[in-house]
Amino acid sequence: MTDLSQSPAGAEPRKHGGSLLQQTSHTKKRNAAETRFKAYGIAAIAAGLLMLVILVTTIVGKGTGAFQQTFVTLNVELLEAKLDKKGNRDLADIKKVTTFGYAPIIKGAMEAAVADLGIETSLKPKQLAGILSKDVAAQLRDYVIANPDQIGQTVEFRFLASGRVDGYLKGRVTRDSIANDKNISPEQLDLVDALAAAGVLEKTFNLDFITGADASDARPEAAGIGVAMLGSLFMMLVVLALALPIGVAASIYLEEFAPQNWLTDMIEVNISNLAAVPSIVFGILGLAVFINYMHLPTSAPLVGGLVLTLMTLPTIIISTRASLKSVPPSIRDAALGVGASKMQAVFHHVLPLAAPGILTGTIIGLAQALGETAPLLLIGMVGFIASNAPETLADGLLAPNSAMPAQIYEWAKRADPAFYERAWGGIIILLIFLVTMNTFAVILRRRFERRW
Amino acid sequence: MNDMTLMDNTVDTQNIKIAAKDVNVHYGDSHAIKDVNVEIEDKTVTAFIGPSGCGKSTFLRCLNRMNDTIDICRVKGDILLDGEDIYDRRVDPVQLRAKVGMVFQKPNPFPKSIYDNVAYGPRIHGLARNKAELDEIVEKSLRRGAIWDEVKDRLDAPGTGLSGGQQQRLCIARAVATEPEVLLMDEPCSALDPIATAQVEELIDELRSRYSVVIVTHSMQQAARVSQKTAFFHLGNLVEFGPTGQIFTNPEDARTESYITGRIG
Amino acid sequence: MPTFWLVALLIALSAVGFYGGRRRAIATAGGDVKELHSLPSYYGYHVALAAFVPAIAALAIWLLAQPMFVETRVSGMIPSEAVPESSTLGLVMSDVRRVAEGLDLAVEQGLLTAREARNAVGGEQDLRALMGDVGVALGNEVRPEVLAAAQTYRNLSHTGRTAMTVVVALLALGGFAWAYSRSHKDFRARNVVERAVLALLILAASLAILTTIGIVLSMLFETKNFFGLHSWTDFFFGTTWAPNFRGDSDLSILPLLWGTLYISFIALLVAVPVGLFAAIYLSEYASGAVRAFAKPLLEILAGIPTIVYGLFALLTVGPALANLFSKGGLLGVEWMAGATSVLTAGLVMGIMLIPFVSSLSDDIINAVPQAMRDGSLGLGATKSETVRQVVMPAALPGIVGAVLLAASRAIGETMIVVMGAGAIAKFSANPLESMTTITTRIVSQLTGDTDFASPETLVAFALGLTLFVLTLGLNVLALYIVRKYREQYD
Repeated sequence: MTDLSQSPAGAEPRKHGGSLLQQTSHTKKRNAAETRFKAYGIAAIAAGLLMLVILVTTIVGKGTGAFQQTFVTLNVELLEAKLDKKGNRDLADIKKVTTFGYAPIIKGAMEAAVADLGIETSLKPKQLAGILSKDVAAQLRDYVIANPDQIGQTVEFRFLASGRVDGYLKGRVTRDSIANDKNISPEQLDLVDALAAAGVLEKTFNLDFITGADASDARPEAAGIGVAMLGSLFMMLVVLALALPIGVAASIYLEEFAPQNWLTDMIEVNISNLAAVPSIVFGILGLAVFINYMHLPTSAPLVGGLVLTLMTLPTIIISTRASLKSVPPSIRDAALGVGASKMQAVFHHVLPLAAPGILTGTIIGLAQALGETAPLLLIGMVGFIASNAPETLADGLLAPNSAMPAQIYEWAKRADPAFYERAWGGIIILLIFLVTMNTFAVILRRRFERRW
Repeated sequence: MNDMTLMDNTVDTQNIKIAAKDVNVHYGDSHAIKDVNVEIEDKTVTAFIGPSGCGKSTFLRCLNRMNDTIDICRVKGDILLDGEDIYDRRVDPVQLRAKVGMVFQKPNPFPKSIYDNVAYGPRIHGLARNKAELDEIVEKSLRRGAIWDEVKDRLDAPGTGLSGGQQQRLCIARAVATEPEVLLMDEPCSALDPIATAQVEELIDELRSRYSVVIVTHSMQQAARVSQKTAFFHLGNLVEFGPTGQIFTNPEDARTESYITGRIG
Repeated sequence: MPTFWLVALLIALSAVGFYGGRRRAIATAGGDVKELHSLPSYYGYHVALAAFVPAIAALAIWLLAQPMFVETRVSGMIPSEAVPESSTLGLVMSDVRRVAEGLDLAVEQGLLTAREARNAVGGEQDLRALMGDVGVALGNEVRPEVLAAAQTYRNLSHTGRTAMTVVVALLALGGFAWAYSRSHKDFRARNVVERAVLALLILAASLAILTTIGIVLSMLFETKNFFGLHSWTDFFFGTTWAPNFRGDSDLSILPLLWGTLYISFIALLVAVPVGLFAAIYLSEYASGAVRAFAKPLLEILAGIPTIVYGLFALLTVGPALANLFSKGGLLGVEWMAGATSVLTAGLVMGIMLIPFVSSLSDDIINAVPQAMRDGSLGLGATKSETVRQVVMPAALPGIVGAVLLAASRAIGETMIVVMGAGAIAKFSANPLESMTTITTRIVSQLTGDTDFASPETLVAFALGLTLFVLTLGLNVLALYIVRKYREQYD
């Protein structure tokens, strides 16, 4: 019987009269195919996980730099002769000095610092000041206007270094890469090295990135995501205030009251289709209806919130219906049995029991809305610099603003690579929000999940 | 080929096809089969009877290692097929299952044509060299499954379109097509109506001339009608094993008697 | 903002109504709550709803309808000879709106008194300069008929606003008074309130239909305008996309459609095999522990916002591909001109779609009955034979549905292609060339200053409508297939 299993494969129709203990060559081939097939599966999983790892390491690797910023600590003499020629500390006069008028003071402060530290350099004062951000003059002016009594004193300031200097300290800018760069010279980098060695120039945690506003093209070092974060916050408030009640009401109707008729079918078909409509189409709707037709202000978080509400509603309705469905009919029967109306049964008993599920779905819907970008482009939430944080609720809803993902897109479009670091950093913040929201949703589900 | 198998059998097994020695099965923490010893003869219908959850189906699935597909299932002891331990490390369950075919409780034809359903086994095991041989195997198997006359004109029709009884006979034909030596049947009639059941029972009786058939059933009448040997399982133990007539008329164990007379079950 | 205060007033009124109605009902029952037909709070809700709902509904409808009404009235005023050769009625109307808006702003900022604004006629003051001062840029001098129309526009709008305030306030007070007068102990408040709530629930549910209608109508309307300015045959069958803001543009969808489909195809080429094999492995081979670990991790990829993928395409994948294929690259070939290309966008989109395909396929594979697998394994088939020859054919319709859903996602995806695909519309088979898509063009035509009278802006709506129809068709087809598939095994 062993002869049979040893006969060459395919020569004769196989019979399995042979010993089980020996694999026939045909079985061996089949097992090899099995192993290969399984390997494809493992390879696919590995490929997916590898992509995740690459994505996460790229984001973390490129984005963490945004949370650090190079600062220069300088003693600045606020010369009365330059800032308040009349000497009477009249705020109107002080305000007449433009940021341009502060340039000599900054140059002077740099010169003094270099001289104090005994650094040898061939740079002119203007080039010395060139390692500082263009934002410095405005910072100085704001300080002087806020504290006119300090004019004539020497005050210690912590100034932003320019984007190139920051990039040099982070390794993004090298001596090779600046060969054709008009913004910085090798001599300036020597100065930076010397200042860094003296401890005057150092890289520290950058809170301004998290709380600050966007900055213009020439000042990547001053750009922050804080104001855009507020824009996102106001949009989320709108989404929460509209999508949650409307979504829950629609779900209650469809799950508890809707008769089987064409209208109900129509609504259900519409909801499932809206869930799959490309988000950009919602942007077109927002532009055509809210801005062009209803004349709501462009770039306003209110409009963004309305558009995202329409986009999020299907998600919330679908998850709310699922959690209403999971409340067993016996609960409704019990309520109806003691003489409650259908409406009372639903609002007093079913809805509270379904609440954790509804909340979970809402958070997931909000997280989805928070990361959405495409519709925001169409309603004008990119392309300008949202420089001031809104002060009132109405301002927050109606004043032009950006949103986190739109701000990231805005940075990604700019020419200076220093903004790319900002974009990756913004993504880290965005992802922290999303992970927090999703974790919260998962915990909520685990905690309150009820098995009937 | 059959001559050869016959010769092997007479030489190797003295008509004992499957011998189980001290078989224990655990499902996670539960002890499903306890020290079962049984010898199943060739060309005989052996029935496993017993109340629900007594382990008869579990034990049946051990005989062609279908339990391997369940992660938490562990089998201890020896099960010998023609004197070879089927749980030996060298045994490939794929080869084993071609030798020990199985028919399930619910008819489960593949969503393919009748022809492809039957041809599936021969194809994967490489039993036919060409289309003509495959045609021949399919026809022979359908005939052995006693369904040839009903389907010969619509071999391309989907197997799922047949009636329940026809589907089950198609599944038997499908199992027969791989030229097995043992056929395991797990309550093959429980999803069928009485007429279809009668047809399948008749078929089982015919299959006995070629195969060793093991059938799990919860119908004592069915066991009495089709089997020559009967094993009674209770709470994972093999309580009694012997000729069917003896088990049903003169059981040795009190539990068997209680079951047969309808007091437990 | 008067509308805001109006709404605040309504809310306050209904709050008062709640307590008033409740108190009055209790009073009619002589203070004995048991005498009431319904619980006391239902009487309160009754008054509150009566004061709030009709008024807010009127407000909403008014806000929606007034612009349309004013628009038709004013555009009727402009004689057709007043529309210059090179312009359209729509363009003139947008001038009218801007002038009206400018006058309002000027009054607000104190540059004009209300009377001056009402009487302003061209010539006396330099209106264009005035408009410039308040931040309204006008392309040319304000012509008398435009100014006249703008005045009417302002008047109608102001009258409308006032009328709206009056109507809404009357409705609210009327509703309040009527409901309050009915708050009697025998009044069946609960039944009335419950009917009203049910109506509100139905309204909320109908919002889904309203949204769809809104999407379709808004795009249909502007698309119609577009086809008034640009030939539809050129749009659908032309082969060049070259918008030109001085007019006379070539606006054809075919090159964009080609780019869209090419990128989607590459994305599916990545996502379908990887996603499908991942699903097969997870559902047929993986142990519980591996499944519990790998499945959520893969699904993280689906939760990452598309802007992240877009940035990844723009700053990581694109430059990496350029490093390989462009001039001076590692392979020493010169196949790629920049970082953006069909392959860049397609690869990244493929990564995004992996979890989408895998979780849909996972569900579908799990829906194949275990009996099917047992039947095959019982015949001595290996697992892979079972998967390839029994499970897959059985799951095929469902998988096709899943792939169609993924294709619809790919076609509608915006951020990845905006950042990774490029902006050049062309027919080319080279995946390393940069091409553009429907969604990219929608974004580029509608961002920045949009002029709703030029075909270059309006084409975006025609593109949007095409995109909507395309994705909707794919979705409906896919859902139909998947539903049929599920019914088969239920």
